[in-house]
Amino acid sequence: MTTVTTRPPSPRATGRKKRPATDGGIGRYILIRFLLIFPTIFILVSMVFWLMRTTGDPITAALGGRLGPEQLAERIQAAGYDRPIFVQYIEYLGQVFTGNFGTTISTNRPVSEILVTYGLATFELVFYALVVAFIVGIPLGMVAAYWRDKSADAFLRVFAILCYATPVFFSGLLFKLVFAVYLDVLPVSGRASTGSELQMQLLPNQTGLYTIDAILTGDPTVLGDVLEHAVLPALTLGLLTAGVFLRLVRTNVIGTLGTDYVDAARSRGVSEFRLVRKHAYRPALIPIITVIGLQIALLLGGAVLTETTFEWKGLGFMLSEFLKARDFVAVQGIVALLAVIVALSNFVVDIIAALIDPRVRY
Amino acid sequence: MSDATVISARQKRSVWSRLPVVHQLRQSIGLQRGMLVAGLVITTLFVLTAIFAPVLAPYGFSQLRDADGAFGAQQPPGGAHPLGTTVSGYDVLSRVLWGAQTALFVIIVAVLLSIFAGVFLGLVSGYFGGWLDRILVVVSDAVYAFPSLLLAIVMSIVISGGKSNLIGGVLAAAISITVVFIPQYFRVIRAETVRIKAEAYVESARVLGAGSGRIMFRHVFRNATRTLPLIFTLNSSEAILTLAGLGFLGFGIEPTAASEWGYDLNKALSDVTSGIWWTSLFPGLAIVLVVLGITLVGESLNDLADPRLRGRRAVGQSAGIVAQTSVVPGGTLVAGPGGLGGLEGTATHPTEGLEDRP
Repeated sequence: MTTVTTRPPSPRATGRKKRPATDGGIGRYILIRFLLIFPTIFILVSMVFWLMRTTGDPITAALGGRLGPEQLAERIQAAGYDRPIFVQYIEYLGQVFTGNFGTTISTNRPVSEILVTYGLATFELVFYALVVAFIVGIPLGMVAAYWRDKSADAFLRVFAILCYATPVFFSGLLFKLVFAVYLDVLPVSGRASTGSELQMQLLPNQTGLYTIDAILTGDPTVLGDVLEHAVLPALTLGLLTAGVFLRLVRTNVIGTLGTDYVDAARSRGVSEFRLVRKHAYRPALIPIITVIGLQIALLLGGAVLTETTFEWKGLGFMLSEFLKARDFVAVQGIVALLAVIVALSNFVVDIIAALIDPRVRY
Repeated sequence: MSDATVISARQKRSVWSRLPVVHQLRQSIGLQRGMLVAGLVITTLFVLTAIFAPVLAPYGFSQLRDADGAFGAQQPPGGAHPLGTTVSGYDVLSRVLWGAQTALFVIIVAVLLSIFAGVFLGLVSGYFGGWLDRILVVVSDAVYAFPSLLLAIVMSIVISGGKSNLIGGVLAAAISITVVFIPQYFRVIRAETVRIKAEAYVESARVLGAGSGRIMFRHVFRNATRTLPLIFTLNSSEAILTLAGLGFLGFGIEPTAASEWGYDLNKALSDVTSGIWWTSLFPGLAIVLVVLGITLVGESLNDLADPRLRGRRAVGQSAGIVAQTSVVPGGTLVAGPGGLGGLEGTATHPTEGLEDRP
């Protein structure tokens, strides 16, 4: 297959696919896979550090135009940015290891606090987006496989390409225009209306996940409000991934439809619909799990744009705010955290894949 | 077709029918041909628009007034401005047309740079192996797993310090995108190199006393680059999306330097709430159309480029594999039957080499 590998698979997801399962020890596999997280995180965090620092110290970047040279020098010294870069690097690694990502320059808050507060909002958005992607992508993929090479299939293939070809901020704007402005059935932006937010803040133990908080208030209008706000962002981000899921399910259902056991079922007189629904469907889902790992990176990138479009106050929204303020300490912290999340989620996904499918293991 | 000429120049084929794309156009049938033709038409239109933007566009991309005075902000479509004007008073049609030029320029620079860097690193890494190979593989894997937009943001901070100036802004965007793509070329070329290295003809060349450099660039390189046109199309569409994403987040190119669709969409964000649709619809449609066109070409080339794929079509199985080797990210190899070890017998599958991880 000469022309494949346009987007090669995550090495962690495929690296050991075809190796014969010599000892097949799941424990050993998990251990090796776990140890591989550290170099990945180390490389990413180091890369972000060195790249961001080649531009100079963050204080000059953020406040260069506003403070005089003496004040700048004072701030730089106070923050320790005048020390040798290598010392700062070691210190930064140590801090990241203990979960300390520094203090923002523009708002003077610990980055880790921002990461927790807004990370939950991003988590909520990504979760809803995955739900949309599953609901849209999997059934449509089965439909496309069932009618393969028919017009429904062709239509769905183009739909999948369109899902990919439309930037999330454009589809977000279109959804806003249609549903929030012209039809006026859904809110334009934000995570909840002010009234609901106030009500949730009164909760003694707020989780930060608005859906759970809204349930805790016990007020159905608050829950309705929160869910209403989530519809458009989740749809926007979910469709991006739905196209990928659609193609995957279609491919794999078609693939399993050609296997011997499906042929055997067919020869017993099982209907084609039932074959897709019962026999070919389950094994086709395994690859989806492996792909979710890759999708999380795509979703996080998409979340930055979706959050900016919908003023969904999550990490991505904050990232673009900090970028505008040229607060590179905060940017570095958010980017490093996202790198850690990507590495961890790839690990979890690989382990799940290995538990389900023994062929994946070492 | 710009990539047709690129390919033909490299392969030094003069016979018209053997030109890539033309050749594939001839062998395609039915739906496949429809997709390829549609993609080619859109892509050709895009390239022509980019080249002739100065002629086609009624106004300059940063023009705010003409002989009749200022254009005015947020004018609805019609009259002198067929697609209306933006919140800053630019002509939407002109911005959209000029935007094609920026996009094409960024694609060319980004893809060429990443091909050079990625191919070189892939060849060296795959051919020599050893610790250098391991380090490069681990680093490229780490970079690959990272959300590409975030990487592009970091790079554009490094290159332009978060500010965008004149033509430097375009170049900065292109280089930021390059960094994202290098791992992709690296992985593909490395995998091919690892495979080709074991071929008999490389062995014979070595026996005949050819040096590493000669083997690498004459024997391995020539055979390892078959997949490049395909990644080229993939990356072109991804480059447009990344460029637009950067622009949308404010890393775009200043409106006085060049026209950029993502930047225009960012400015249109607040228009939407007041029901102004023309400032966001047209730049957005431009992105969708171009990405769709290039992706359709890539998909079709993908389907048609491999004789085994075409062979399987007859058996009626190919449809699945065709989509599995898709150009769309995530829709690719990880999953498909290949991901489960189902593609046995495809000995030349580029992912084979990827599995030789440390």
